[in-house]
Amino acid sequence: METILTVKNLTKKFNFLTAVNDLSFTIEKGNVYGILGPNGSGKSTTLGIVLNVVNKTNGDFFWFDGNTSTHQALKKVGAIIERPNFYPYMTAVQNLKLVCKIKDVPDSKIEEKLELVGLLDRKDSNFRTYSLGMKQRLAIASALLNDPEILILDEPTNGLDPQGIHQIREIIKKIASTGTTILLASHLLDEVEKVCSHVIILRKGVKLYSGRVDEMIASHGFFELKAGNEKALIDLLHNNPAFGSIKNENGLITAFLNEPMDATTFNEFLFKNGIILSHLVKRKESLEEQFLALTKNQSN
Amino acid sequence: MKRLLQIEFIKLWNNRASRILIIAYFILLTFIALFATINFDIGEVHFQLADQGIFNFPYIWHFNTYIAAFFKLFLAIVIVSMMSNEYSNKTIKQNLIDGLSKKEFILSKFLTVVVFSVISTVFIFVVSLVLGLFYSDYNEFSIIFSDLEYLIAFFVKLLGFFSFCLFLGIFVKRSAFALGFLILWQVFEGIFYGLVRWQTDGNIANSISQFLPLSAMSNLIKEPFSRLNAVQSVANQIGESYIKDYGVHWYEILIVLLWTYLFIYLSYALLKKRDL
Repeated sequence: METILTVKNLTKKFNFLTAVNDLSFTIEKGNVYGILGPNGSGKSTTLGIVLNVVNKTNGDFFWFDGNTSTHQALKKVGAIIERPNFYPYMTAVQNLKLVCKIKDVPDSKIEEKLELVGLLDRKDSNFRTYSLGMKQRLAIASALLNDPEILILDEPTNGLDPQGIHQIREIIKKIASTGTTILLASHLLDEVEKVCSHVIILRKGVKLYSGRVDEMIASHGFFELKAGNEKALIDLLHNNPAFGSIKNENGLITAFLNEPMDATTFNEFLFKNGIILSHLVKRKESLEEQFLALTKNQSN
Repeated sequence: MKRLLQIEFIKLWNNRASRILIIAYFILLTFIALFATINFDIGEVHFQLADQGIFNFPYIWHFNTYIAAFFKLFLAIVIVSMMSNEYSNKTIKQNLIDGLSKKEFILSKFLTVVVFSVISTVFIFVVSLVLGLFYSDYNEFSIIFSDLEYLIAFFVKLLGFFSFCLFLGIFVKRSAFALGFLILWQVFEGIFYGLVRWQTDGNIANSISQFLPLSAMSNLIKEPFSRLNAVQSVANQIGESYIKDYGVHWYEILIVLLWTYLFIYLSYALLKKRDL
């Protein structure tokens, strides 16, 4: 698989504060990555370093095969970090023309990208007259001008109203569906869960986890059950080694699996033992539950 | 190089304030021609400045470059703000993320400064040439094109001054404060000169302060007024004779060029070291 970004033992210290601590990960082509972590966990600093605006203290990183300089590589990258930064006195089109000059690409794609983010009718308005949501969408259009190998988004929905958040997410999904590699930093778990296939979890600058979202916790999922005869059901589950812990909350029984088992087998097993269910759902832990479990384990 | 200049041109020309200041600067440069129309009528004496020889070749090169250099303050504002606006709009960050290297960023600013200086020099050359051809008493080819070192000095003076502004813009990050700092620095050089002169004597004070950036720039083109025939003859009558060196010296140019190099290098070093 083609590697887009390699980060090796990266460390950044701001005086006494270590913002990023010995961080290593790689970004492969074609996946959608999330960098997840609470505020101040080093997400933006990490992105700042690989984007050439923050100096690293230690460690190393390189783009693509490592043979291109960072600023050359960045011409093949689209990135927005924190707030959208443009020249307030210039129109959307003028700003994008400037970006084309910097990225060394022809400015033929400006209209197309403005159309994609829905700003075509406001293309000749000054940037300063835009709302935050429009600014953010212009930033995405600008990041896409070079049809980048990878799109980096740092908190793209921060500070937006629900409508704005929805618009941005739709755009991200649209881009992801074209096969563009995306790296999305966020502290919003459902945002990452909705669009990302891989996740890197940071806490206080330390990597807690990196890998596929669905493999984050070695878990086989759990069943949510309801039945008329609760006691018989719980006893039966206790005696089955395939189940770990069992919880009963107001008649909703949650049974965690120790080994893989599909719902059909399980239903058949219960039926043979004379238990008839009124409710059966097989689920995996949500990212939020996994994230909390992971950060809790590490804080002990 | 063309790409870097184009980038800077888009940024500058779309900014209304910068555009107005740049245009105003060049209009003011042509207003030097208005000196020709200055008339005094004191009783019987009819005095026209143009008749006093200020537009004579080659003196005109000296006089016009000296006067024109005052207007550089207009471009100084443009340059300081084109640098510090990048910080206040945070566009410097976006430029770097978009794939401009830090070196290219500084280079694009420096090239703009070079272009400003070149255009100013060419402009003042043309204006002086036209004025001279109109009013000069001497129109021999060899006289017209003598003393052209004042134009070189003018170019170097602007280059050094604008580089200083560029550095201040990056160093202070706020245009108003950067311009304040520029004035503060001028005052500092004045106080420094005064202190040294007070402790020692004028010669030593001059020889030390000529190495300070702003003094070095102002030394490049000395004041031309006492060189005028009228002033010289008045001075002679009251028994005072001016023996002053009005020339442009290679070491003065060298000092300013060294400062220019230092300012640009420091700007680059500062940008490289800072986290944005």
